[in-house]
Amino acid sequence: MSDQTETKAARDVGVVIQESENNRPVIEAIEQDNPACTISHSPGLVRITAPQRIVITQETVEEKLGREWETHEFQMAIVSYFGNIQEWDDDEIVIAWDH
Amino acid sequence: MTLAPEQKKTKKPKKLSMKARYEALTRGLDWEPSYVQKSEMFPHLDYEGITIHDWSAWEDPFRLTIDAYCKYQAEKDKRLYAVLDGFAQGQGHLNLTDASYLNAMKVFLGGVTPLEYGAHRHFAYLARHFAGPGPRFAALCQSIDEIRHMQTEIHTLSNYNKLYSGMHNWSENHDRVWYLSVPKSFFEDALSCGPFEFLIAVGFSFEYLLTNLLFVPFMSGASFNGDLPTMTFGFSAQSDESRHMTLGLEAIKFLLEQDEANVEIVQGWIDKWFWRSYRVTALVAQMLDYMLPRKVMSWKESFELYFEEQMLGGLFEDLAFYGIKPPRHVEDAIAEKELLSHQVYWILYQFSFAASFTTSAPTDEHMDWLSQAYPDTFDKHYRPLWEKEKKNIANGGRHFARGLPQLCQVCQIPMGFTEPGDPTTLCQRESEFEGEIYHTCSNGCQWIFEREPEKYRQAWLPVHQIYQGNCGGPSVPEVLEWYGLKDGDAGEYLGSKDHQNWVAWQGEAAADTAAPTNEKKAGA
Repeated sequence: MSDQTETKAARDVGVVIQESENNRPVIEAIEQDNPACTISHSPGLVRITAPQRIVITQETVEEKLGREWETHEFQMAIVSYFGNIQEWDDDEIVIAWDH
Repeated sequence: MTLAPEQKKTKKPKKLSMKARYEALTRGLDWEPSYVQKSEMFPHLDYEGITIHDWSAWEDPFRLTIDAYCKYQAEKDKRLYAVLDGFAQGQGHLNLTDASYLNAMKVFLGGVTPLEYGAHRHFAYLARHFAGPGPRFAALCQSIDEIRHMQTEIHTLSNYNKLYSGMHNWSENHDRVWYLSVPKSFFEDALSCGPFEFLIAVGFSFEYLLTNLLFVPFMSGASFNGDLPTMTFGFSAQSDESRHMTLGLEAIKFLLEQDEANVEIVQGWIDKWFWRSYRVTALVAQMLDYMLPRKVMSWKESFELYFEEQMLGGLFEDLAFYGIKPPRHVEDAIAEKELLSHQVYWILYQFSFAASFTTSAPTDEHMDWLSQAYPDTFDKHYRPLWEKEKKNIANGGRHFARGLPQLCQVCQIPMGFTEPGDPTTLCQRESEFEGEIYHTCSNGCQWIFEREPEKYRQAWLPVHQIYQGNCGGPSVPEVLEWYGLKDGDAGEYLGSKDHQNWVAWQGEAAADTAAPTNEKKAGA
């Protein structure tokens, strides 16, 4: 994870995930890797927001799931997001504002 | 049958990285034309004034390739159809909060399903006509997504159509019924644009800027009201939407980065399409506040969270880097958040005798919820209206409008909106073009009309068409027949076919649990 050296006001970014048994480990992994995040629930949905940046790490998700997990699988869980998808690679997905 | 000889266990071949696969399977499959000019191969890229210097600068953050696309889409469909089957087999429709909930679905499925098909067609066109393999492939995936959404919506709808009214003729309704001309005209406006304007209209303004307002509270509402099929198709579709949102956002950044001169053109499109999209989402505003028996959040709350906080406070700060300003007339939308759902529902309530859904006056409990959700406006402006209507109903005079409304030339919504800053005066704007007067409902719609009057003068306005004799005849029954509506589709919910069936079905269920006879217990 990058150090939080940005000087601009930390605007929130966020991701909305379906609340399901399959996605619970994914949500737990995001919570663990983004300690500054806030989680809110509405029926069927979990909304996670964090200042400036959210990272979803393959390794952490695999640990929580107890099996291999491709970052492409995140497409099965995501309902919506705000921010830019800055990186979507084999090992992590990063949502952050560009400017 | 001969079995293939068992293969020796070899080490799993190392897969290419996501980045390398994406390069190989999209960019790597592109070619340069040799016997035609590039301008002949891609003839539609110049006339909107957009300049692209380098198509390869386009980035797809999803790095999606066709194999990954098919694998995950197949999995999504598998899950969805399992839910639809389970719902049908388990009589899931009886677990809805109330049959009146389905009115929200009738508005949504009737309005949106045909739009998905329109989007499918136009994205297929973009997949052919963009001069770079990155955006072409992203548009191709979106095109396939959109036709999948149409199909899944039809399947969801068919589950309810067997038992409830108003869903049997959605395709013809879309072409003919007055209120469906609102989403229809939006999409036809977009489909008749050039490729780049369409991308900003649908990819950016609709998918990124407003999709959260349209889909997220809707699906959450479905979940909260026991509508599993809608929730599941919604989530399944919405997970595609996150890719579509990315396409929209990449599109706008790409256009802004390519050439300084693109900025002004793009700003004009954002200004236009924000207001166009915002007017269409007015249907969602009334759904949230009036049509869901169990409420999720008010329109005002939803607008503040998804639009003001996320988009104005987040996205537009980012776009300011390129010189992009928040959309024109956004301040009118913000001021209207206290009024919008009430004004739109009042229109639908009065005209539901000619729609494929039914309406009902809010109960006292519902009005109390509206009071606390809208402390500054509901008790002052809208409760008195409903109290009066309650008296009408008690005297047997449930209110239906007798005449036909004046429609806005741009958004095509009946002109029931009020002046900015004055909730008691109706807003009506007039513009003259080549000797004729055209009416619009707001500053936003007037600005859009005056920017392209040649386009909007051609609008097919349902009310004008009825008066011109193009809709089956001059009387209400003739028009309803031409719409393809049947008895039970329209009007007041209480006492309607759906309501009567619902009460009977729930009554049976209640009787079953309240007094189980010995015979039933034996369960033979």
